[in-house]
Amino acid sequence: MSETHDLSMFVERGDAGASHMTLAVDGVACAGCIRKIESGLTKLPGVIDARLNFTQRRLAVDWRNDEIDAARIIEALERIGYRAHPFAPERVEADDSAQAKWLMTCLAVAGFAAMNVMLLSVSVWAGNVSDMTQETRDLFHWLSALIALPAAAYAGQPFFQSALRALRARQLNMDVPISLGVTLALGLSVFETATHAVHAYFDSAIMLLFFLLIGRYLDLAMRRKTRLFAGNLASLKAEFAHRLDLSGELVRVPAAALHPGDRVLVRPGERVPADGTVIGGASEIDESLVTGETLYRAVRAGTTIYAGSINVSGALTMRVIAAGAGTLVEEVERLLERATQAKSQTMRLADRTTRLYAPVVHATAALTAIGWLMAGASIHDSIVIAIAVLIITCPCAIALAIPTVQMIAAGSLFRGGIILNGGDAIERLAEADTVVFDKTGTLTLPEPRVDAAMGIDPEVLEQAARLALSSHHPLATALARAARERSPYSGAIEEPGQGVRVLIDGTEARLGSAKFCGVAEQTQIAAWPDAGASFITFTHAGKTATIPIRQSLRPDAVAVTTALSQRGMHLMVLSGDRAQAVAPVADTLGIGDWLAGLTPAEKIAVIERLKLQGRRVLMVGDGLNDAPALAAAYVSLSPITAAHLTQAHADALFLGDLLAPVLRAVTVSRRARTLMKQNLALAAIYNALAVPLAIAGLVTPLIAAVAMSGSSLLVTLNALRARLAS
Amino acid sequence: MNVLIYLVPLALLLGLTGLVAFLWSLKSGQYDDLDGAAVRILPDDDVPPSATREQ
Repeated sequence: MSETHDLSMFVERGDAGASHMTLAVDGVACAGCIRKIESGLTKLPGVIDARLNFTQRRLAVDWRNDEIDAARIIEALERIGYRAHPFAPERVEADDSAQAKWLMTCLAVAGFAAMNVMLLSVSVWAGNVSDMTQETRDLFHWLSALIALPAAAYAGQPFFQSALRALRARQLNMDVPISLGVTLALGLSVFETATHAVHAYFDSAIMLLFFLLIGRYLDLAMRRKTRLFAGNLASLKAEFAHRLDLSGELVRVPAAALHPGDRVLVRPGERVPADGTVIGGASEIDESLVTGETLYRAVRAGTTIYAGSINVSGALTMRVIAAGAGTLVEEVERLLERATQAKSQTMRLADRTTRLYAPVVHATAALTAIGWLMAGASIHDSIVIAIAVLIITCPCAIALAIPTVQMIAAGSLFRGGIILNGGDAIERLAEADTVVFDKTGTLTLPEPRVDAAMGIDPEVLEQAARLALSSHHPLATALARAARERSPYSGAIEEPGQGVRVLIDGTEARLGSAKFCGVAEQTQIAAWPDAGASFITFTHAGKTATIPIRQSLRPDAVAVTTALSQRGMHLMVLSGDRAQAVAPVADTLGIGDWLAGLTPAEKIAVIERLKLQGRRVLMVGDGLNDAPALAAAYVSLSPITAAHLTQAHADALFLGDLLAPVLRAVTVSRRARTLMKQNLALAAIYNALAVPLAIAGLVTPLIAAVAMSGSSLLVTLNALRARLAS
Repeated sequence: MNVLIYLVPLALLLGLTGLVAFLWSLKSGQYDDLDGAAVRILPDDDVPPSATREQ
């Protein structure tokens, strides 16, 4: 059967027959790789340019259509030694990088203005205590205005726009007091300059913007970094499907390019690329990623199968359907919608602070003005003092307090193999007091392994594992992971649905079903009591071995669950698998609280019940059936092997075969939360010291500048301790 | 103090030059691949072989 490769959905067509494509490249580690890839590709006829972005691990290629095509470029990269995957950038990512550039431009403008205004201000402060004439001071103030006004109008846009949006929605956010403070400070300064006054606040206003923009930029940079990484992972994991065209031709297309109604061929060992109905062939499928069930399900024409399950034995032809009424996917999506609405009610620490902060600040400023008026001060003086209160309370340190800690904690989590989907996940992780685990793929490894408990001659196991390299059967794939020698035997023949055979040292070796190996089936299964294992048989030169393959626990699962309970967390297992499979796992981990055979709706019900008891649930799960529970939980984690929909609803993803990231996530977040609270306390102390001075009318621009940068610096330094801890 | 008439515009001009240079470098994508810039300096195969052999 002929097979073509269709990558058109990733290729951008340019003018004059030129095309452009972005690829995520795996395994780029050093300077040599850049050289090898770029020169290797540009040497190809038709390739106009190839440029590797080493930070993002992405390769941009331009070529002429009439000489080369996308599939040949990927093949060429594979020959050089790199696996590359076409990459379709998501809209969010493009928006983020435009936003980051804009913020950086604003930051640069604010920085330039702050430096130059400060240069003039320091001269005025020095002049005020020596022999500066009034004319020179006025000139310097006007010069400051000339720099500060346009700079603030430009660099303040992120705050002004956000404040306007909030006010239109009749709400208050942190940007309202910021915008008000900056505008009033600038307006007052112009008025004071025009009336030849001694003090002007241009420096305070522009410096405030500069510090606040740093906080904003850090916040965005953190989100961008994790999104970028997640985007690469998504394309490295992207699945391909074999679509059967009307002419009967087989086309290899990205799973994302499938449409309802397409016919798709799923070979044994391949993952089902989309939800659909079987229209031809019969097989067994492994649905552990979908339902958590580890026993295989038999499917034939008319059965509905779900994306993410693995086809075990025979080739299937399926027709792609959209999520229809009554299917599991439809139920999961309906539950998700409800769960997500419930979740948006949790409020972030920063938001809670703002809600308290803004009215207090504005009330204090108003009361100050009224107080001074009643005490007999002139209207001018009262307003000047009230504005000084607003400037000094502008939440510079508060705005930096949380993003800086988040940024550093997220970096620390990232190094531990945890990718956050959002900065506020850190706060919620720190507050969780109950951990609910899914079993299949979360407590256990995502792929089955050879059960080491049963003593099999290592030499025989090695031979069997090496032979397994030649088979696509999922059990054989699991066995092949045990092979030390990574090169398959030459001349191995696979008999579809039965096994593989090859000549080793002149005698035939067979690996596959018991029947294929000529062994009676009953005797070996009886010898193995556990229903959770599957078997694969190997015979060679009269020796026979029955190798049990099963889901095994993540190697550090016991240590991590013990450590979590020691930290006062209540642990629970909620699984969609059978009770016989869940009980031994819960037993090994010492978790007494477990439920098996749950549907997605029942999982949510259990979590809701825990919520009613006042518990904050951290849900760790990977299956499609876990997605609603993840969304319903207070905070959620998923291994990177999770189903696509599940990943999208988890607050963070973790990489690798270990469960340790769950523990690390909790520890780092708790520490980060302590630091955030310390930072808010530092900002509050600063206000407690500075506000009385401002109310008393004693704040000069010099005091404002020193207090503001001092508190910002202190908060940032304190945030850096999140790094020391890890 | 008349020297200020030259010095203040000069200081502003220098500052502005810095700002414009930074914005230009940002716009031309010089900060898009910071790690790459650090390692791209290492390979020396752009130097003609004759130049290294003469050492």
